[in-house]
Amino acid sequence: MADDEVLIRVEGLYRYYDNHCAVDNVSFELRKGEILGFLGPNGAGKSTTMQILTGNLAPSQGRVEIAGYDILDQPRAAKAALGYLPEKPPVYPDLTVDEFLHYCARLNRVPRGDIPGARDNAKARCGLSDVGRRLIGNLSKGYQQRVGIAQAIIHNPHVVILDEPTVGLDPIQIREIRTLITELGRNHSVILSTHILPEVQSTCDRVQIIHRGRLVFADSLSGLTERMRSESLLVRLSAPPQDAVLAAIPGVGGVEHRADGSLRLMHAAADDPAAEVARQAVHNGWGLSELTPERKSLEQIFVELTASDEPAPSGGDAQEAAA
Amino acid sequence: MSATFTIARRELHALFLSPLAWAVLAVIQAIAAYLFLGRVNDFLNVQTMLSRVPNAPGVTDFVVAPLFGSVSIILLMVVPLLSMRMIADERRTGTLTLLLSAPVSMSEIVIGKFLGLFAFLCLMVAMITCMPLSLEAGTHLDLGKLAAGVLGLVLMLGAFAAAGLFMSAMTSQPVVAAVGSFGLLLLLWILSFAGNFGNEALGHVLSYLSLVKHFQGLVKGEVVSTDVVYYVLVIILFLALGIRRLDADRLQR
Repeated sequence: MADDEVLIRVEGLYRYYDNHCAVDNVSFELRKGEILGFLGPNGAGKSTTMQILTGNLAPSQGRVEIAGYDILDQPRAAKAALGYLPEKPPVYPDLTVDEFLHYCARLNRVPRGDIPGARDNAKARCGLSDVGRRLIGNLSKGYQQRVGIAQAIIHNPHVVILDEPTVGLDPIQIREIRTLITELGRNHSVILSTHILPEVQSTCDRVQIIHRGRLVFADSLSGLTERMRSESLLVRLSAPPQDAVLAAIPGVGGVEHRADGSLRLMHAAADDPAAEVARQAVHNGWGLSELTPERKSLEQIFVELTASDEPAPSGGDAQEAAA
Repeated sequence: MSATFTIARRELHALFLSPLAWAVLAVIQAIAAYLFLGRVNDFLNVQTMLSRVPNAPGVTDFVVAPLFGSVSIILLMVVPLLSMRMIADERRTGTLTLLLSAPVSMSEIVIGKFLGLFAFLCLMVAMITCMPLSLEAGTHLDLGKLAAGVLGLVLMLGAFAAAGLFMSAMTSQPVVAAVGSFGLLLLLWILSFAGNFGNEALGHVLSYLSLVKHFQGLVKGEVVSTDVVYYVLVIILFLALGIRRLDADRLQR
């Protein structure tokens, strides 16, 4: 298998519930070895998209290919190539972890002889080795979540789709799961849906933000970092010059006085005047004590993208407004 | 096909993990034993009289047919309790997703679940059949008639299971599924004597569609292929409806 093979291809996906459009023309591709962070506010269409990708829901329009197989035309081959952890881990409380994973391996057509190996491997990767003989119903929420992840990777699928995998875990478990996801990302394609923004920054190669069914942002993590780059500097000077002097520094677009006595210098993203400001400050004895590029957090970008238009209407409003 | 049996095994396993299956087996066995002993006792009382009548009913007719008849009525109430959770509960707790995202077709899911429940019901029939079979130690049974009765009971229970599974696929509330399948089965049962609405032809059709009508022949030892085909068709019909209903979940408007 080529290293850059496209494992997920989504083309022009639409999904309507009555008149409400839950997924509106979503298209993307995911290559082998990539981890895609899938972000969006509640009700944005994240889970619907994932349900369509995994064949739990039929799209109203559009195509989904998993590892080259169409999910509607060749569901069996496509589903054999994917592992899915839905929001609620699909585990049977009346089975032990071992029994459950054995059943999942059988369902996913793991050859009978390979099952114990696959099961032990999945257990080891998800930190379940000590609880194999315990009933799932007696495990804590965090452990049940891990069983859900183990279930998704037991047949070593090409594509792993995880819907909020770290919900309900303690911070140590969250770190372990993130390491696991990073590890999975080396040999599989992973889609990770989450509300937790730092999780995306720490694990994902690419980020997509969906809002009201539409992809409003899709870029690599480096593209995102670029976008997060400052467009302003925070400067603290003990003997500040006239604003006009500062504004005259090449690249500085504006000067703003902040309540705490520091100054904010606006500039274009591509043209960072920090070095020049520092040089002049030293040269002219302005008493420079702080020079910080202001970074936008992922959260700000998220809020900018998803709060830019009017609050999300309930289903059908858009059509009524258009009519 | 292997996935079908994987699911069937899991369902059978799940039934025995809950106390319900054990309780059902115990209660049904106790009631069947009471009915059986009652019939045997009656037979012993009338045996001398019967021996003087030509073509009198033998022990098989006298014990097995009424026993299986009563058992089928009791199971009409019990099978919905066993089938109610099969799909409804999985839908409610979200574990249906596990099956739907695995490389398994809707038909394999429904048929697998049916086979799991059917295997359990066959086990129950086997346990009940042991009782009349024990008479073989002291007398001669008409084993052909017994076999026909067992076939009738098994087919009837297959129809119960398929209908129950279909109702379970209709909802995400197990109790609603149980009430629904009980109602459905009772309706199919009483079609034969609920009246003909003043229309002779309709009365015939309704009575022909009834579950009981085809059971009576079998339990008397008359294996008629149309009766067997009737039950097989009922099973296929409800399984097909169940598959369609499950598929509709995916399509949802």
